[in-house]
Amino acid sequence: MLERLGLDGIDDLLRDLPGDKVLSGPLDLPPGLSELEVVELMKGMSAENVNPDEVLTFLGAGVYDHFVPAVVPWVTSRPEFATAYTPYQAEVSQGTLESIYEYQTLMCKLTAMDVANASIYDGASAVAEAALMAARISRRGRVVVSETVHPHHAAVVESYARGGRIDVVRLPATGGATDPDAISNLGDAACVIVQSPNFYGAIEPVEAIAECAHRAGMLVVVSCDPISLAVLTPPGELGADIAVGEGQALGTPMAFGGPLLGFFATKRAFLRQMPGRVVGRTRDAAGDPCYVMTLQTREQHIRREKATSNICTNQALMALAASVYLSALGRDGFRRVGELSLRKSHYALDRIAEVAGFSLRFERPFFKEFAVRCPVSVDGLLERLRERRILGGVPLGRYSAAMDDCLLVAVTERRTRADIDRYVDALKASVRELETAGGTSAR
Amino acid sequence: MNIPKELKYTKEHEWVALDGKMAKVGITDYAQSQLGDIVYVELPTVGAEVTSMEPFGSIEAVKAVSDLFAPISGVVKEVNAALADNPELVNQSPYGEGWMIVVEAANPEELDGLMSAEAYEQLVESEAK
Repeated sequence: MLERLGLDGIDDLLRDLPGDKVLSGPLDLPPGLSELEVVELMKGMSAENVNPDEVLTFLGAGVYDHFVPAVVPWVTSRPEFATAYTPYQAEVSQGTLESIYEYQTLMCKLTAMDVANASIYDGASAVAEAALMAARISRRGRVVVSETVHPHHAAVVESYARGGRIDVVRLPATGGATDPDAISNLGDAACVIVQSPNFYGAIEPVEAIAECAHRAGMLVVVSCDPISLAVLTPPGELGADIAVGEGQALGTPMAFGGPLLGFFATKRAFLRQMPGRVVGRTRDAAGDPCYVMTLQTREQHIRREKATSNICTNQALMALAASVYLSALGRDGFRRVGELSLRKSHYALDRIAEVAGFSLRFERPFFKEFAVRCPVSVDGLLERLRERRILGGVPLGRYSAAMDDCLLVAVTERRTRADIDRYVDALKASVRELETAGGTSAR
Repeated sequence: MNIPKELKYTKEHEWVALDGKMAKVGITDYAQSQLGDIVYVELPTVGAEVTSMEPFGSIEAVKAVSDLFAPISGVVKEVNAALADNPELVNQSPYGEGWMIVVEAANPEELDGLMSAEAYEQLVESEAK
């Protein structure tokens, strides 16, 4: 090719680059490793992590250890799915489009909303995109975010607000949940964003919040744990205009916090303001059913700066995992997961509360997660539990100084009675050790 | 190509029907034929202010979106609600049932700047080449 171009070497192709920008010698890299050496190196790094099969975990705060049936990775690791990128000539990838269409349908059924998109990166960006969407629909810039929304999600909304398209106002909580009456004092806002179950695991009064918000002319965005929809009333039946959330619990492992799955659903009336890719079903020239990417005129490759969002992809693999997960469990299996999570978390709280000094922080109904006040230093407690191969929960002091005596405990259907009893025994022993060592202060 | 003589036109292919200070606006037969099947028309709400030669909405064909430009400045007094469910009216009857908005002119002098049917016809012929 160089001959064809009449050039002497590769360097001739780089002629136009400024001299000081071009590397004068090779990169300073160590010598290459064989496959065997690489495997040993990676195993060493990997051994610094633990996974839920090796330790007993009660971690939550947005990412949960639910059981993933083997059929899920069996399907998602098929090369046609695992290696495929977002289709550019979409109509040629009928299988991909059909799987996304089914995912969208399942999300609509779960949330009781009319339409859903092909998914966004994660729950956090789904919440932020919902805020922007509400601002577009209402032509108002103010967005109200309840204090009980996951702090990471709220932080992402604040990031999206930089640049001035929206401005964020926080709605204070009382007793661990959003106060519906506080909504009317907020002036003209595009929407109220609430999460239920909220960051502390408590179930929010969504219906009352929606009523107050709608009376004040605001839209209602509800962020929810999809597993909770197996047993709780879905957002669509509570007055939500937009339903979003973190879909990791549907068939994706915790995996150090990612990849995750943002689901996004809304009412038919707002369809054209919804961000993200949307797959539709139609008929081809021969009259047979087929799938297409539809309503692309909302998107940036056509609308440019007037697009509903700059997102032009989705989390296809995790969305597929969610579809396979829900299909494998079926309606009854899925309900069972929700019921077990609910019953086990309540059993866990009952047992934990038997240990002197531990109490439920917020007296509110909860689903699978709750905050407990601890009689000893939370960090000290977690350290002792870790020594006993238990990840006791998320220390809430990390998010709020006022909560630094509290621990957020999540209990899924994977935790057995024996696991929970072992956890409680470990709590008792850890507290004893800490008190003996003089570590009774919580601060 | 249908270019009614009694209407005024803009170089962005909108037509204007004047009635005193009220200007009814739509897109021309040439414009709708260039766009193809219209699937959606995004229009402003009554009371919205529009500015001459700035976008007041958008019109979607299957894989393209075009801005709709206000021929004059003023306040939107009426919006054609029929287009929400039947955007194809723009293709079928661009000068009739496919009308889009009625604007109350804020600056009557702007009306003089609009093109006549003959001038518009020349514009279309030169674009068609």
